[in-house]
Amino acid sequence: MYTFSNRLRMASFILMIVGVLGIGYGFLAAPSTVEEAKAMVADAHHGGGHGEEAGHDAPAHGNENAEESHGEKKSHGEDDAHGGAESHGDEHGEHLLTQLKNKPWAAVYVAAFFFMMLSLGVLAFYAIQRAAQAGWSPLLFRVMEGITAYLLPGAVIVFILLLLSGFHLNHLFVWMDPEVVAHDKLLQGKASYLNVPFFLIRAAIYIAGWVTYRHFSRKFSIAQDSASDNSNFKKNFRISAGFLVFYLVSESMMSWDWIMSVEPHWFSTLFGWYVFASMFVSGITVIAMITIYLKSKGYLEQVNDSHIHDLAKFMFAISIFWTYLWFSQFMLIWYANIPEEVTYFVARFQDYKLPFLGMLVMNFAFPILILMNSDYKRMNWFVVMAGIVILLGHYIDVFNMIMPGTVGDQWFIGVPEIGSILFFLGLFIYVVFNALTKAPLIAKRNPFIEESKHFHY
Amino acid sequence: MSTKVVQALYNDDDVLMDAVKTVKAAHHHIEEVYCPFPVHGLDKAMGLAPTRIAITAFMYGLLGLSVAITMMNYIMIEDWPQDIGGKPSFSYIENMPAFVPIMFELTVFFAAHLMVITFYMRSKLWPFKKAENPDVRTTDDHFLMEVAVHDNEDEVKALLEQTGALEINISEKH
Repeated sequence: MYTFSNRLRMASFILMIVGVLGIGYGFLAAPSTVEEAKAMVADAHHGGGHGEEAGHDAPAHGNENAEESHGEKKSHGEDDAHGGAESHGDEHGEHLLTQLKNKPWAAVYVAAFFFMMLSLGVLAFYAIQRAAQAGWSPLLFRVMEGITAYLLPGAVIVFILLLLSGFHLNHLFVWMDPEVVAHDKLLQGKASYLNVPFFLIRAAIYIAGWVTYRHFSRKFSIAQDSASDNSNFKKNFRISAGFLVFYLVSESMMSWDWIMSVEPHWFSTLFGWYVFASMFVSGITVIAMITIYLKSKGYLEQVNDSHIHDLAKFMFAISIFWTYLWFSQFMLIWYANIPEEVTYFVARFQDYKLPFLGMLVMNFAFPILILMNSDYKRMNWFVVMAGIVILLGHYIDVFNMIMPGTVGDQWFIGVPEIGSILFFLGLFIYVVFNALTKAPLIAKRNPFIEESKHFHY
Repeated sequence: MSTKVVQALYNDDDVLMDAVKTVKAAHHHIEEVYCPFPVHGLDKAMGLAPTRIAITAFMYGLLGLSVAITMMNYIMIEDWPQDIGGKPSFSYIENMPAFVPIMFELTVFFAAHLMVITFYMRSKLWPFKKAENPDVRTTDDHFLMEVAVHDNEDEVKALLEQTGALEINISEKH
């Protein structure tokens, strides 16, 4: 049995407290009037106040970039003033205000989705291992079950955020605003799919499906430990196969609903796969990192280099798979250059150049070079280092998907963003390691457990 | 130097593995082992150095990538930068997404083919090559281990007999 070390528990509480303070600061610092919004942007341009304060944790490039874009905004403002078009100036101010008000919300939403996505990716990997009857991984099943324990709280938090959007407490989803829809033919055409009640019902169905599978799979897995036959194992095999079918459909629709609908004028057919690849590779990375942590504390003695090697191979291969989908989506749109599709990448290329290209380095170039060598894949610190970069890279991936549609060129990785990451990281650590204490770390009567213990590559 | 080898034949790969370990432990030099199929762990038991073919493949891949980049940069950007369907041919980077499929394929092409050719050259395989098989049964269901002899024929034969060899022959080295 695993015991949750007090230091780790304290660390998770500290992360949550610091995170809450950061999130709270983000909401307090958000402007409530057009004048305040304009003043904030002007301040940031002069290198004082908010922008500077938030700059401590961010890379220098990000700061420059943000200041540049602030500068642009400022000059627009001046143009408007010189033009004397009073109504136009107000419109611009309104837009800026919405973006700045969205900032703390989007920061929380990105982090909430990212951590939920980690445990959902692990759940998919777990179901695949069960359905494929993999012989190497049963030793890691309890680690995976521990990570998927975060799915229920994590998905519920995302659902609450969606619910708050539905109640118009924020402006993350443009199509939820009846004012906007009234003047938008395109959104009216999509209203039969993109309307708040149906949206929330769909979200509830996805979450219910995932959590139900997780609950029963865990239940059968633990029941198998003290069973006298393999019936629980067989039941788990069947529900895993069924879950994978449901997962593929629900994950794809989830990505349209929760991410693609942030920019409801844009559409892409392989988006569901793209989001899947992102969550799958980050999920596998989390399995590898938590396994290495538990092994280093002496809890998983039978896990050997070969298990880590296999996980690292998955990290390597799925990183390339993610890049393949990223590039396929980007290149098809870039090549055809159809205006209604290409605006998505134009916005990202103009305002998000560093995160947009930086994530490609972090999610592709770094893992492919670091994890290509078979000896490196067996070295724990190499896998952990690659894992940290992959996880940060996929956070930025989610950031790049959500932010341009919600805050536009006002993005910044500052206090609310980092605060949200820390809060959800603390919660994730707390829930996952708490779940790990609830059952023995090695499944006892799994038919493949002996093979897994002697797995050697 | 003697030109003779002792050839021991086995009909089971587990027996062969044990025999290899015994012979290594007795510090006799194993010239060669002939198997009808790959025996997992045999190279390790014989103490063979790991292959470096993956490293060559990586370098061939880099070569292929360089060829692709150089070729398309010259043809599409430097030599005749036409406007083809509005694609920006002002610099390589601006038009790069369109070149990626070729960059990828040439990387794989060079890595795969040059690695295979390297393998053929290093293992001396080519059409019309004379087969170097000491006993035809080794391609079907027998395993053969060749041990070098230095005026200690009887000792080696006795050792090999203990390892469960079906048949022991003395042969000229070739």
